[in-house]
Amino acid sequence: MTQPGAEPWGDVPAGGTVLFPGSTERNLTGSWRTKLPVIDFDACTDCMICWVMCPDSCFKTAEGKLLSVDLDHCKGCGICATECPVKCIEMVLEERD
Amino acid sequence: MTLKLRDLTLLDDGFESGHGLCAGCSESVIVRQVLLALANEPVVALATGCLEVSSTRFPDTSWKVPLIHSAFENAATSASGIEAAYKALIRKGRMADRPMTFVVFGGDGATYDIGFQWLSGALERGHKFMYICLNNEGYMNTGIQRSGATMLGAWTTTTPAGDLVPGKPQWRKDMTGIVAAHGIPYVAQAAVHNWKDLMTKVRKAEAAEGPAFLNVFAPCDRGWRYEPEDTMAVSRLAVDAALWPLYEIVDGAYKLNGPRHKSKPITDYLSSQGRFRHLMRDREPGVIEDIQANVDREWNRLRVRCGLEPEVLEKTQV
Amino acid sequence: MVDTQERPASAGPATSTAIAVNGGEAVAYALKQIEPEVVAAYPITPQTLIIEKFAEYCADGLVRTEYINVESEHAALSACVGASAAGARAITATAGPGLALMFEMLGVASGMRLPIVMHLCTRALSAPLNILGDHSDAMAMRETGWVMLSGSSPQEAYDLALVAQTIAEHPDVMLPTANLVDGFMVTHAVERVDVLPDDVVREYVGEYEPETSLLAEGSTATYGALDFRDYYFEHRRQQEAALYRSRPIVEQALKRFGEISGRDYNILEPYRMEDAEVVLVLLGSAEGQAHAAVDAARATGLKAGALRVRLFRPFPTKAVAEALSGARVVGVLDRAIGFGSVDNPLLSDIKSTLWTQSNRPLTKGFVYGLGGRVVTLGQFNQAFDELRSALESGEVPLEPTYLGLREDGEVSE
Repeated sequence: MTQPGAEPWGDVPAGGTVLFPGSTERNLTGSWRTKLPVIDFDACTDCMICWVMCPDSCFKTAEGKLLSVDLDHCKGCGICATECPVKCIEMVLEERD
Repeated sequence: MTLKLRDLTLLDDGFESGHGLCAGCSESVIVRQVLLALANEPVVALATGCLEVSSTRFPDTSWKVPLIHSAFENAATSASGIEAAYKALIRKGRMADRPMTFVVFGGDGATYDIGFQWLSGALERGHKFMYICLNNEGYMNTGIQRSGATMLGAWTTTTPAGDLVPGKPQWRKDMTGIVAAHGIPYVAQAAVHNWKDLMTKVRKAEAAEGPAFLNVFAPCDRGWRYEPEDTMAVSRLAVDAALWPLYEIVDGAYKLNGPRHKSKPITDYLSSQGRFRHLMRDREPGVIEDIQANVDREWNRLRVRCGLEPEVLEKTQV
Repeated sequence: MVDTQERPASAGPATSTAIAVNGGEAVAYALKQIEPEVVAAYPITPQTLIIEKFAEYCADGLVRTEYINVESEHAALSACVGASAAGARAITATAGPGLALMFEMLGVASGMRLPIVMHLCTRALSAPLNILGDHSDAMAMRETGWVMLSGSSPQEAYDLALVAQTIAEHPDVMLPTANLVDGFMVTHAVERVDVLPDDVVREYVGEYEPETSLLAEGSTATYGALDFRDYYFEHRRQQEAALYRSRPIVEQALKRFGEISGRDYNILEPYRMEDAEVVLVLLGSAEGQAHAAVDAARATGLKAGALRVRLFRPFPTKAVAEALSGARVVGVLDRAIGFGSVDNPLLSDIKSTLWTQSNRPLTKGFVYGLGGRVVTLGQFNQAFDELRSALESGEVPLEPTYLGLREDGEVSE
């Protein structure tokens, strides 16, 4: 429901209802990070522990394989590195401008 | 479907990144596990708290499933209303009968304290919904204040570790036991690090013929004063020390899921977090003993209820 | 009660059936005909007549409603919020302290733009504990963003219960709406109530068809998000605009109701106002006493009139100003005290309304009937006597007059 009439404020979705599912994706929380997960894909067994334990849904997969880390959103918490059973993830201090 | 992580990666968990929860927060990990485990279309009700303010800020939301938040104390009642609407709309032929699951997420403040009555009413009425308590033992959203779930001796901003009073003076409420006393079909304790146990319990909760309650241990790196990467490790220590046993109560029958034995001393758990630092400086051995006594009492009681100890043990306690 | 009725053969007002019920049961009968998906309520005097009767309808299978026996009034409105967002028609009823316990959710319901309907059986607020009627509760909710209608009889309680539904759910309104049913004086008064045929009611109220809902197929809506400094202000402004926009919609709803019922209502209920110079303004069930006092004053030659406010929120400023344009002295009857305010609530609205008018009349406040204190014709005769003195002297005291207040402090042992 939007407000009829010419008031520009009337076009804001009424009642504060959010109609853009998953839209926080546009918030690039990767900027919070000081350390970066670096994955040794040769050692990775695709066990997906990092995927299920990531608070920020950053591990991208396809057909049961780990593909990449979403660095736009990774906050650098390091849970993945701590929990990885084969220790193939290392947290590395990130140099930024 | 059996729970295999590789299979689960093929699913959309319905919760998007870009939310404002702290780095290392356990809450979104639990949310993702819950949503992934569900078989039915969910509708989510949130209590006010970290998860709500961090994942739904107009005009954005992290959620890709329908969700409602209306106040702090009443998320169980939101679910009551939604479930009632669902039943009546189907009965009146105004919506197609399709399987849906109504899931509530509330923090321990919303569950143990301010929303206690609302939860109890909804459980007693028998609405078919699943209540997930994200138990981080305090009011983290307002700045780490104590709740009825905060552990004895813990530093919080309203139970500071002073010279006279060393942190929170009281033990904690046995909320899982209180919920179980409602006689609902499914009650369980779970912890964030044990994804398989948690997701299995979510599935059982979803299949239950009535209300289900999961009290999920949800460490908070900001409030508990540990490094973000240790969230799962802290959770594991709590379970291993039997501070947070994993168990379930199915139609009144208790079953212990872990640990089999107390495999770690509670001091390992206490020393993993800054909120107990004052206890570990040898200033408060009495508090640590009290914590151990409470843990032992609850642990023995649980083992009795699970049929692992003779009943006489319980009677000798406190 | 009569459960089956014949649809009228001709156009125009439907054939009503007369039943003898109290106001509470009259509202329950309206709820049965509306057959909302969800009713959530917690028992409190004097609202119990509504929910007990409605529970009987549920128990007898006469409605398909889910009736949630919640554990508190806060939960009653919380459940309605959940149900309404889920796409259901949701109704509650309460009174006095129950409304006070709901307070947080009153603003949530209006802020989330959920068209919940509440039947408020007006009751005094504690302390001291008092279960009887006055308007303290209604006045406490007057700025929470609800449309507020007020009736004066069991008939009107029934009628406005139906009208409220169509106002709340109007796409240009989408605001919760309260039907004020005066505690005991209306809720417990047995009178003849003409009820409409079920199918006529159903056609009048229609079904609630929201644009979005939690249960809609494929819904991904997030309701009740945190709203910060970037959008909260706009949402509040929208809410205000919607409330004011409801005014003509209320008028249309009443007009449409008049067409099916033959009972012509408007947002104000004037009595002998055509040439009235001295007017009593009021809200609710004391209308009978007010009319009798007008007649008595007229008999002595005073050009007296009464004006009852049926639409209390949004306050019908323009209509009130017009109705009072010929008045020289206006007395306002408040059944509540606005502690510490410049004026009591209704007087405050009336004075603000008149302030911008040329030739504004003198105004005088009266407080009456608190905590169920019996309202008598003598009290309102006294009010007209004071207004007559004001008309003659051109002066009014600023202090309100407390009608029916004890004149001594004796407490019997």
